[in-house]
This record gives sequence, structure tokens and C-alpha cells, in this order.
Amino acid sequence: MNESLKERVIRILIGVAPDIDASQLVTSLALRDQVDFDSMDTLHFAIALKKELGIDVPDADFRELASVDRCVQYLQRSAQALSLHT
Amino acid sequence: MTIEFRMPALGADMTEGTLVEWRIAPGDPVKRGQVVALVETEKGIIDVESFHEGRVERLLVETGTHVPVGTALALFSGEAPQPASATAAAPAAAPVPGGGRVKISPAARRRAEELGLSIEELSSTGAGGPVSIADVEIAAAASKARPPALIALPASPIAPLAGAERTQATMRRAIAAAMTRAKREIPHYYLTQMIDFAPARAWLEQFNASRPVEDRLLYSVLIIKAVARAAAEIPGFSGFYRNGQFEAATDMHVGFAVAQRGGGLMAPALLSAASKDLIVLMHELMDLVARARGGHLRSSELGLPVITLTSLGDEGVDAVYPIIYPDQVAIVGAGRLTDRPWVGDGQVTIRPILTLTLAADHRVTDGRRGARFLARIATLLATPGEL
Repeated sequence: MNESLKERVIRILIGVAPDIDASQLVTSLALRDQVDFDSMDTLHFAIALKKELGIDVPDADFRELASVDRCVQYLQRSAQALSLHT
Repeated sequence: MTIEFRMPALGADMTEGTLVEWRIAPGDPVKRGQVVALVETEKGIIDVESFHEGRVERLLVETGTHVPVGTALALFSGEAPQPASATAAAPAAAPVPGGGRVKISPAARRRAEELGLSIEELSSTGAGGPVSIADVEIAAAASKARPPALIALPASPIAPLAGAERTQATMRRAIAAAMTRAKREIPHYYLTQMIDFAPARAWLEQFNASRPVEDRLLYSVLIIKAVARAAAEIPGFSGFYRNGQFEAATDMHVGFAVAQRGGGLMAPALLSAASKDLIVLMHELMDLVARARGGHLRSSELGLPVITLTSLGDEGVDAVYPIIYPDQVAIVGAGRLTDRPWVGDGQVTIRPILTLTLAADHRVTDGRRGARFLARIATLLATPGEL
């Protein structure tokens, strides 16, 4: 079975910030508040999303990466992300 | 010539370290800048580079051993120029330019003499180039035993990689030692300046809009570059205060404070920040921050910062009043970028404002020079395209 988009996003997130404990992550909460995510982390995350999913998130949309859930919704809204659901 | 490879002091607060892993074995050739050992410190596990070129003769310390800074860890046979009597033994060796003398810049020679380092033991990190001041500083950082710390760490052997909790506790202690020393010894003075960040933000938005995500800049990199340039132009804010005197830096290695998730802090250096292109600097910054959080900082990055920048803009504070990291003489703090009413050209407009704070060492500079330094940073940020 294919990995869900949410699982994929979490895997990408842990890839850029291996010091985050995935089991403790609350996907609805802002990453900044629960794991001290900063602008540098967000940029790393955006680069990894592009590498893994081929979606280049513009600077103006970085706020959509604030939490895992919000990020998943954002990716689903984009046409490219929809094509990932196979 | 036999050279001792010693436990380096990776910052003023480090007195001891644990050898975690050798990356070399007897007989191996060693290049300058090569990572030869992993050492666990209060700052996590650091990749320690050799500043010598040569061959490994013997390893003196086993992995897992906890030793004071300055302890000889290994012996290298140097391929540094040999005295005339020894050249007969190696007739096939290529002639060394300059009649067997170490190529060294006059400033670096002076610095080496000040630090009491043997010129013959110095080597250059630039391929074939002369020994620079930075090389001398690396050598000094690696060889110089520092005064005892205020708070002694336990001398018992500590198992390497004993878990995040212990790393947290030791890092806390290292920060406590360095900051206590700073507050006791360094007569800080503080200046702040609010700057209109609109030109920098507009420039950055335009720059980023046309670039793929991996080539975009964060505004921190503009501030780092501006601090480095201002520090290169205005003396007294970059360098070290040691043994009762100020030693000016010539190469602007800017420390950048990186918060650890869950607490703790390190400020490794972006090397030669004044002369690097913004995109290069940005890539180096991202790599540096990732390694500061994930491990494998290099010894040169920890030993070399000559001034530090701490940016708490993401956390929503307006201004930061930082403490100077000894033996440095200045630190710049940046608060958040926030929209404020701003008076310019006789009109009130809404502008993105950044509050910069300078903490500087009164033994080296006074407020007037500090004000010039901050103003210079502001001027540089007003024309970001020229950074």
C-alpha cells in the first residue's frame, strides 16, 4: 500500500530535522510551538518538499507549512500534489 | 619532524573533550583540513580537522578517553620543510620554494610570534598558498591550553554518545561557564538602532521570487554579510581580547547563534563572511545550522568566530541584548522584523522595522565607535544589492 501524503510529509520533515521525535508530533499544532521550528527549518523543509514531491512552494506560501496538517492540505490543493494520489 | 596532534580548545569555555572516534590509523597520510578525529564536547560531537600535512606515526589516546584540552592525541611525522641536515635522508623530495622556509604572510608571522607558535609547525589551508592569519588562528586554537574553567566538568571517563540528556546538561554547564566569565570580565556596553528594513525586504522578495527554493535567501544572511562588512571596515569589533590586550581579526569569521531544539545554543562560524557571495553564504549557513543541530560541526567553525550575530526574529521579541562570547569583543543581536509607524521625509508611513543591538567590550571600544559600527550596518542593509 502506498504511503499516505501525511506520512510522506512527516517522513520529509524528519529528514530535514532528525532531532524531532515523530512519535510525539501533533500534526494539528504549529511546528514552531512544539518543536522550535524556525525560518531556517521551514526553508530546509520547503527544499526537501521540492526534492521529494516536485512542488516548489513560493515564499509567500511558507505560512502554509506551519503545521503538518496545514501543509498536507496545501499540497492537496495544488494540482501537482493531486497527481501524487495514485 | 614529529608533530603532536592535540585536543583542541573549541571555544573559550572548553577545557576537556572525549575522543569518540579516530578517522586515521598509523601510516595513513594526513592532509590539512582533513577530519582526523571525532571529539565529544559540551557542544556535541565535533569533527576535528588537522592543520598539519604528514603521516600518522602513532595514536596516543584510545577512543572513549576523556582528556584535557592540549593533551597530545597522536603523533604525525610532518612533511614540513626539514632542516638542512635532514634533507640528505630524502634526496627525492621536491625542492621547497623559498629555500625550505615556510611560506607565511608577514601579518601571519607576526601573529604566530605573538602566540608563541613555531613557524615551522604551521601549514596553510589554502592549496599551496602561504600560511594565513586564519591558519595561525586554527593552529593556536588547536594547540593552546586555556585557563581552567570556572566550573570543572567531572574528570571521570564518560561513555561517548551517552544520550541527549547528558549532552543537554553539559551544554548548559558550558554556556553557564562562558556567560558567567563574560559577565564578570567583559565590561559590556549596549547600543540599539531601529532600522527601516523596507529596502532590504523589497530586494529580498524580488530576489527570491525569481529563484527556485534551494537558491532563496533568508534575511539573516543579509544581516550576517552586513555585520561582516562593517566589522571589516571599522576596527574594534572583530577579534579577541586576551592577556590584557585586543587582537584584531583580519578575516571576518562571523559566529551565528543556533538554538538547539529543546534548549542549548552554539555559535559556529561562517568563515570569511565579508568576502563571500550571498548565495554561497546562504548555502553555507543552511549547512552550518543543520550540522549545529544534527552533529558534525568542524573544529575550525567552533574555534574561529571573531564576532557573533544572534537573531531571535522568529521568536517575536523586538530586541535582543546579548552577552559577548569570550574572548570575542562584540555581538550583534537582531529582533523580529515588524511593521511599525515610521517617520521619514516628514511623513508617517508603515515600514518593516528591525531593531539591531550591539553589545561591545568597553576595554576595546567606546559608544561613539559602536554607534558608527551600527550605523554602518544600517547603511549596508539599505542597499542590499551591493552586499
